[in-house]
Amino acid sequence: MYEQIARNRRASWLLMGVIVALFAVIGYVFGLAWTGEQAGGLGLLGVFGVVAIVWSLIGYYTGDKMVLAVSGARLVTHADEPRLYNVVEEMTIAAGLAQPPAVYVIEDEALNAFATGRDPARSAVAVTRGLLEHLDREQLQGVVAHEISHIRNYDIRFATLVGILVGIIALVADFFLRSTFFGMGRRRGGDSSGGGLMIVVALLLAILAPLAAAAVQFAISRRREYLADASGVELTRNPLGLARALHEIAGDTGRLESANRATAHLYIANPLRRQHTGALFATHPPVDERIAVLLKMAHVGPEALGAPPGVTGAPGTGTV
Amino acid sequence: MTVIVIIVLVVIAVVVLALVAIYNSLVKRRNQVDNSWSQIDVQLRRRHDLIPNLVEAVKDYMEFEQETLTRVTEARNMAVAAGQRGPEAQAQAENMLSDALKSLFAVAENYPDLKANQNVMSLQEELTATENKISFARQFYNDSVLTYNNKIQTVPSNLVAGLFNFTARQYFEAPEAAREVPKVDLR
Repeated sequence: MYEQIARNRRASWLLMGVIVALFAVIGYVFGLAWTGEQAGGLGLLGVFGVVAIVWSLIGYYTGDKMVLAVSGARLVTHADEPRLYNVVEEMTIAAGLAQPPAVYVIEDEALNAFATGRDPARSAVAVTRGLLEHLDREQLQGVVAHEISHIRNYDIRFATLVGILVGIIALVADFFLRSTFFGMGRRRGGDSSGGGLMIVVALLLAILAPLAAAAVQFAISRRREYLADASGVELTRNPLGLARALHEIAGDTGRLESANRATAHLYIANPLRRQHTGALFATHPPVDERIAVLLKMAHVGPEALGAPPGVTGAPGTGTV
Repeated sequence: MTVIVIIVLVVIAVVVLALVAIYNSLVKRRNQVDNSWSQIDVQLRRRHDLIPNLVEAVKDYMEFEQETLTRVTEARNMAVAAGQRGPEAQAQAENMLSDALKSLFAVAENYPDLKANQNVMSLQEELTATENKISFARQFYNDSVLTYNNKIQTVPSNLVAGLFNFTARQYFEAPEAAREVPKVDLR
């Protein structure tokens, strides 16, 4: 686990570095395409670079608050939600964290949960109303243990950064994609053939950048989910609890209103129900496999999961 | 000649740094063991504080269960007293208190009125949570002891451990009596 923590911290810094570099390159290319001159390219490289650095720092220091705000999460106290608060405290003790994460509730009927924050000292766990109403204590414990494992592993730092920074890449690329179509600034001299090539490259970057970022995001999330499942079980010593919880969550076909492509990877189960099943573009590993792994840990068969969850939806409608 | 001196100095420096790192790591692990032990204490005390409220709240509903209620109160008082008498006595008293509480919760299932009482329900939630926290605190303590003992006993850290008198710690084990299934008298 300590290797995972070290890896996550390195990956976080690396991600910020890559984003700044990527932005600088995009800026340079766009500048060159737009003005047809080296100076224009360098100028825009500088501007984009600074913007990227500032944005990375903002993402690092306040990313969790942004994610929580965007997800419509509401801070709750012990008095508001005693059972949830107690379960979070129990898992905090099991994990040996110095203080529990802040507890939030999302008023949505969908069953889901996520964790966000910078490190164990500043972290938060959010759970939907649907989850609170449908899961029993054992299942809730499994879900919270999974989220707290993300916190302990420093996954949340990386995942939050990815969410904030990926979002901005998509946004910026979008913007410049539009500007290429609606005509560019005057080209001051320079040979037209070179300019034409730069436009093509610029377009390519605008399309590829968000795709590349998305691929990275997805590749990272899947292994971490398995690890968080296993670490969560290490906390509760009860793989069946989480298995049954995932079974319930998978049976829920409702879409979580406040989730979007930038934050989907933070949740315990994919909140955007219609998904490409292609291995490269899935944010979460298939829930059946996650359940199978957990059942194997518990040395029981699928009958231990109990009755199928009472929400309509044929099994296998897209990956969760 | 000077090259050899430099190499020797570098080697010595590396060894010293490694020793320092191992020593620090041992200290941190030992502190974690101590800290997690006191965490158990915190949860135990919390349970002591909650029980009188619970007994008060259910007394009126469970008039026929005086025996069970008295047993809980007595076990609780003994556990508080045992706190002064060292970890073994404490562990035994706390386990007896856990048993008494389990009997009380089991018997409470016979009283549907109790479920309607918000006060009682929230107290029961708090007690369940506290029982869980005690469990998890013990679990974390045992995990910390395992990590610490491993460090003390494996090479090369065992050399440093021996030098500075780091001794192995005991696991928190349930005494034999606690492993029996508590008998619930359902009249």
